Amino acid sequence: MNAFNILIAGVGGQGVLLTSKIIAEAALLQGLDVKQSEVHGMAQRGGSVLSQVRFGDQVFSPIVAEGEADLLIGFEPLETARYLHFLREDGIVVYNTRPIGTIGVSIGKEAYPQDIHDTIKKHASKVHPFDATNVAVEVGEKRAVNLVLMGAVLRFLPLKESVVDEAITNSVPKKVLDINRKAFLAGKAKNI
Amino acid sequence: MTKAILSGNEAIARGFLEAGGKVAAAYPGTPSTEVLEVLSREKGIHAEWSTNEKVALEVAIGSSLAGVRSMACMKHVGVNVAADPLMTVAYTGVNAGLVLMAADDPGMFSSQNEQDTRHYARMAKIPCLEPVDSDEARAYVRAAFELSESFDTPVILRTTTRISHCKSVVRTAEPAAVKDRDLARDVPKYVMLPANAKKRHLVVEERLAKLREYAETAAFNEVRPGKGDVGFIANGIAYQYVREAFPDAPVLKLGMTYPIPEKKVRGFAASVKKLAVVEELDGFVEELLKAMGVTVHFGKTAFPPCGELTSRTIREAVSGSAVACKLPVGGLIVRPPTFCPGCSHRGLYTIIAKLKLYVSGDIGCYTLGALPPFSSMHTCICMGASISGAHGISRGLALRGVLGQKPVAVIGDSTFLHSGITGLIDMVYNGGDALVVIMNNDTTGMTGGQEHAGTGRTASGAAAPKLDIGQLCQAIGAKRVREIDAYNLKELEQIMKEELAAPGTAVLISNQPCVLRYRVSKKPYRVVRETCVGCKACLKAGCIALSFVPEGKKGHAEVDALLCNGCGVCSQLCTTNSMVTDT
Repeated sequence: MNAFNILIAGVGGQGVLLTSKIIAEAALLQGLDVKQSEVHGMAQRGGSVLSQVRFGDQVFSPIVAEGEADLLIGFEPLETARYLHFLREDGIVVYNTRPIGTIGVSIGKEAYPQDIHDTIKKHASKVHPFDATNVAVEVGEKRAVNLVLMGAVLRFLPLKESVVDEAITNSVPKKVLDINRKAFLAGKAKNI
Repeated sequence: MTKAILSGNEAIARGFLEAGGKVAAAYPGTPSTEVLEVLSREKGIHAEWSTNEKVALEVAIGSSLAGVRSMACMKHVGVNVAADPLMTVAYTGVNAGLVLMAADDPGMFSSQNEQDTRHYARMAKIPCLEPVDSDEARAYVRAAFELSESFDTPVILRTTTRISHCKSVVRTAEPAAVKDRDLARDVPKYVMLPANAKKRHLVVEERLAKLREYAETAAFNEVRPGKGDVGFIANGIAYQYVREAFPDAPVLKLGMTYPIPEKKVRGFAASVKKLAVVEELDGFVEELLKAMGVTVHFGKTAFPPCGELTSRTIREAVSGSAVACKLPVGGLIVRPPTFCPGCSHRGLYTIIAKLKLYVSGDIGCYTLGALPPFSSMHTCICMGASISGAHGISRGLALRGVLGQKPVAVIGDSTFLHSGITGLIDMVYNGGDALVVIMNNDTTGMTGGQEHAGTGRTASGAAAPKLDIGQLCQAIGAKRVREIDAYNLKELEQIMKEELAAPGTAVLISNQPCVLRYRVSKKPYRVVRETCVGCKACLKAGCIALSFVPEGKKGHAEVDALLCNGCGVCSQLCTTNSMVTDT
């Protein structure tokens, strides 16, 4: 298969890296070549975080080029909008509608864009918004937004559910595996 | 053999074990940190967080002398700190294999410059290896040790952020059976008195000539035949971008970028109509080629020396036409990094900003104090520069007769131990007049929370003697040393004012653990709507858990309970006691 390109965007601390780790691991289990890119250090301190996963028969660059993303997984609306230009024409967006303010918003210097959902709709054709934070809170673990989103995007991934499930088992710490699997199933069941 | 997805750094750690490596020493630095983090969990080897990169390399040199394969790991700017031993161990050579792993940061995701480590290889006249993915990173560690031992030279293994932090498929191998060597006793070889060093310099030049010969047939450098007029010479991640952009083009992959295989390069250049040399940062290989008289059609004029390259920039530069693509959505507000909710640096910067102090800064999370709302840093150069810089500022101002502007040095605990101590010794010894604030959060924060001599634990988590920073400062001769609570704004302001008024060097050590490293989670605050007058005083804390909700002519503050960590700094700024916590 040609490379399938995924962007995962969010805010430092939201668990973006775990989602990309699970997808990469699942692709490996399915026998594909896979590359994953992420950034550590200063960028992680509450800043904008982007992780990229590419898998297929053979993958060279770990970086998704503009206009080539098949799927954009957004953990937060503003961060989703920031990477829309990476989508290919019929690329899919699945994103969490719960906003997180920036430091500029917190100190009263800037306003969070009220029309962010319209902006996203305007710049992409296949958009699936839902409140993933709320699903995570309902499941009983506010930090499991990443697994909720993982479940929600499953139908758009050219990966078998069995390998994704195995990847979750391999990637999530044992003592929180149950609650995370619940979050995954809740995301999968969500009608988006 | 098993397959796994590993980052370049995890793969290097794996490669170290496969190569029979025994001693690894490092100072944390993005993007190099994870190599030692992985090794610190292994049994049967010695993996340590060293005080700084110079120490790390010297430890590795020592253990190489003792007869075991050794590696020092650091980020690119760490090589500056380790440059002193590096330049001379290049003369002595090694006993057991010695590798310096250095991670460059094109694009400066978490660095203060984007210097190119390959220049050090050329300056020291030692080999430089550059893997193109994680599996090669793993394999190159063993190859680097073998090269080190067969040519009696330290070897630089250079990565960049995308090699160190990108994950790709790795096929692991069984560890090699490596025989330890005897402790080296060879005075003319290892004691660099001038008389000995003169002879060793000749050896260095002879070794380099042999390495040039070796490079011609080394497996690191591989020609991939292809079609098309343009042939590419590429290294590291740029090789992947070239393959992505021009999958059918002929490519000479340079796994060894110093010394380069001159005959092989000439042959490749002659076999293509046009030659492109694609490398991130400096035109290092390109300049070597030009010095040989080889014509480079696409070099640094086509591929910029600043920031990262992409497959698109390469495609566009070589094809001469722009690739059509959408523009980013315009007008979006930015999301810069910021102090975590609950971070112990917040209270100090709130007071430093209030008192409008002149701050000589340093490298760590607290460098973020340069950003709004604090905007309280006026210089930041390198690890440890805050204290020596503040001393220089105070001497310069004194000579100009400027009074009442006592500079403040701001430095973290790990950075203070790394190279702030020497600055403080200098300041005390030479009659300095500055306030030194050591923000002690009991960890190396920015790189993800590593141990150091002040935490009381080694890299593997074992108990270790806990260095007392206050006692150390007193031993240096600082007369005014006080410990303060980083969350108590009133006390912070009062003590800071007292120490600014007193002549001479004063040291304040603020103590509160890093909330990330120690997973501190206190009850969140909430705003009492009835009494909040919407004065926005709390917003000066610069915390993402806070926001302002406009309502008619005024409005009120709000706390995001999911984000708040209960440090209470905002509640101390509140003018109407409307920030409360349910305890």
